[in-house]
Amino acid sequence: MSAELALLGPILAAMLAAATPLLFAALGELVVEKSGVLNLGVEGMMLVGAVCGFAVAVQTGSSTLGFVAGAAAGAGMAALFGVLTLLLLANQVATGLALTLFGVGLSALIGQGFVGIPIADVPELYIPGLTDLPVIGKALFGQDALVYLALAAVPAVHWFLYATRKGLILRAVGENHAAAHALGYKVVRIRFLAVLFGGAMSGMAGAYLSLDYTPMWAEGISAGRGWIALALVVFATWKPGRVLLGAWLFGGVTIAQLHVQGLGIDIPSQLLSMLPYLATVIVLVVISRDVARIRLNAPASLGKVFHPDA
Amino acid sequence: MSSLPHRLELRGITKRFPGCLANDKVDLVLKPGEIHALLGENGAGKSTLVKIIYGVLHADAGQILWNGHDTRIPDPAGARRLGIGMVFQHFSLFDTLTVAENISLGLDQPGPMDALSVRIAEVSERYGLSLDPRRHVHNLSVGERQRVEIVRCLLQDPKLLIMDEPTSVLTPQEATRLFETLRRLAAEGCTILYISHKLEEIRALCDTATVLRGGRVVGSCDPRKETARSLAEMMIGTELSTPERLPQGEAGAPKLQVRHLSTTSDNPFATNLKDVSFEVRAGEILGIAGVAGNGQAELMAALSGEALVPDPASVAIEGRPAGHLGPRERRLLGLAFVPEERLGRGAVPELSLSENALLSGYAREPLVRSGLVHFGRARSYAERIIGAFNVVTHGHRAEARSLSGGNLQKFIIGREILQKPRLLVVGQPTWGVDAGAAAAIHRALIDLARSGAAVLVISQDLDELFVLSDRIAVLFHGHLSESRPTHHTSVEEIGLLMGGLFNHPPDEDEVDRAV
Repeated sequence: MSAELALLGPILAAMLAAATPLLFAALGELVVEKSGVLNLGVEGMMLVGAVCGFAVAVQTGSSTLGFVAGAAAGAGMAALFGVLTLLLLANQVATGLALTLFGVGLSALIGQGFVGIPIADVPELYIPGLTDLPVIGKALFGQDALVYLALAAVPAVHWFLYATRKGLILRAVGENHAAAHALGYKVVRIRFLAVLFGGAMSGMAGAYLSLDYTPMWAEGISAGRGWIALALVVFATWKPGRVLLGAWLFGGVTIAQLHVQGLGIDIPSQLLSMLPYLATVIVLVVISRDVARIRLNAPASLGKVFHPDA
Repeated sequence: MSSLPHRLELRGITKRFPGCLANDKVDLVLKPGEIHALLGENGAGKSTLVKIIYGVLHADAGQILWNGHDTRIPDPAGARRLGIGMVFQHFSLFDTLTVAENISLGLDQPGPMDALSVRIAEVSERYGLSLDPRRHVHNLSVGERQRVEIVRCLLQDPKLLIMDEPTSVLTPQEATRLFETLRRLAAEGCTILYISHKLEEIRALCDTATVLRGGRVVGSCDPRKETARSLAEMMIGTELSTPERLPQGEAGAPKLQVRHLSTTSDNPFATNLKDVSFEVRAGEILGIAGVAGNGQAELMAALSGEALVPDPASVAIEGRPAGHLGPRERRLLGLAFVPEERLGRGAVPELSLSENALLSGYAREPLVRSGLVHFGRARSYAERIIGAFNVVTHGHRAEARSLSGGNLQKFIIGREILQKPRLLVVGQPTWGVDAGAAAAIHRALIDLARSGAAVLVISQDLDELFVLSDRIAVLFHGHLSESRPTHHTSVEEIGLLMGGLFNHPPDEDEVDRAV
């Protein structure tokens, strides 16, 4: 087996892992936006999820409890956002930005005592036969459970949105909240549940970062992935399958630039570190030029405040 | 009939909003199988009352009896369970969903989508409302959208069907078809509560009418025994003055010439204009009819300057190419325009009337001096508009959104007319405006034309166009028909044109004559 081929397996594995937090966060935000709410606080919810997950895992020694805590913390942050925007009718953009700033500070405060503490990695799966396959075996069948959970969430979210009645109602609320209200649907309740789901998914994304991807806590560990997740949702024109492609693109470029850095090519490493963000933004801009596709898929009530009596 | 209990009886329904009494001890009796009209001006409390019946709002006091039993209607789902269906004036449809998905959302037990599609096909067949369950709503015409709403109600086997201004968006032929459906439903025992301000329709369709004014029931009658005039006078409570048609003066020089205007839009929901040509001369009113969504919004935008057109010569104001100019430059050339949406386009809801007067008045009134606003003049300009057009408000400081639709529309039209424009373009001048204000607006537009200005009215209301226009043309799928002199055409003929029965593109001759 040539050396290049031997590299393929680890690269593929690393790419899937790098895409996982984006998938969690972007799929959560996709459901939130489909219900007509724009929550710009993904980055903040990820950070709080990351630190709470890490803290619980350190205290209890259980990474499973850590993930549960991360999701719960993300949902808690989202509940705060929901109360402010859906019940008190605050502006969604401003509230979302504030949520991120709040999350950055809160996570640093909670995480003060946890910097530099090591934690056991989440065990990887072993499927006899498949995991032993040459080249791709370890990459495709030897990851930890969270990677597969994120991948499974793609068809699950798609199925929920497009094949179930609850998904239909959620899309209807995002499309035209006044009409949904007139038909007797509880717009605020449905949106609140969607926002909670989005928060839990962001929290999972954060916990994945601190428990598994780089098993440690550091301030600002999400490094802007929350913002990329937000951009991905638009880039994917609110379709789960395209979110997967976008996450892989980001993950792939992340890993590729690391390898380029490793090869010692004479490009400043700061420039290379920018690449995944740059590539994702450029693709986003190119795709967004198709205004027709955006308009057909964008939830028409996105970001609009809903007054039940108006 | 008298042995049967009433289908629905309201006793003393009262609903108060901050600052107004929307319904004041309203009594209403609906019998099985009758078509009952609910009449009233804007703000008379019709919408509030039907929202209470449909469970969207709750009455502060009063009693609702359904088939003789005291009932509480907690929410729309509860109303649907009783057998009450409602077709909204502004459709409660979802553009990016399919017909079947839309209908499913309005049902409590929709069942699987395939079975539902079959039921939709059956019901639409039975009542002559053809519909394809798989199509997306944004591809449907307005008439088809209404069918979606009606089929949605019919699938629930309603005992009472509420129709809120159902024909305001239909061609006359579509309206006739709707009436047949409604009569068939009534014959099967369904009660229909029909809300409209089109009095001729009510006389043709309804068995009974209840008239609301200021939140109270002021009378009921058999509309077939009344005239449209007597019904209107019951509604507004005073005598109605309709504008008289003065003999048309000589049409003067062309003020607005549109030649081979075509547009392209990024918006997939837009209707592009296709080779539209017409002209409006000094002293005349040209009416453009058509069902909403056939290119009216795009034509308004291309004329006002909100959308620039590629060829500057395709829109000429007073003979000067203006297609490349923005709204401000076009206003300086002598154009004034009143957009269709009052709040958000015609006026800024949160600004006071004097600030709103300034927004377009700067072009031709001395309201701005070396870049600074002259508030004193803006205020007196606003007060002049309020006085001249009889706008009911508590003064020039009132926020635009605090005015009723009719009063705000009078203010906006007054703001443009007092600038003495040579060319005025108006979209839907009396949409959602009560009869009294509509008559005042019609008179002002006719007076403006008789004083030598050219006026273009784009409206879906055929009655209005026949009152106002010297010539009428029809917009369909982005094509414009040839114009016809109003006294040489009929509602039926224009109705057929609105359904697309004309040859496009229009003759080259007319365009050449326009040049």
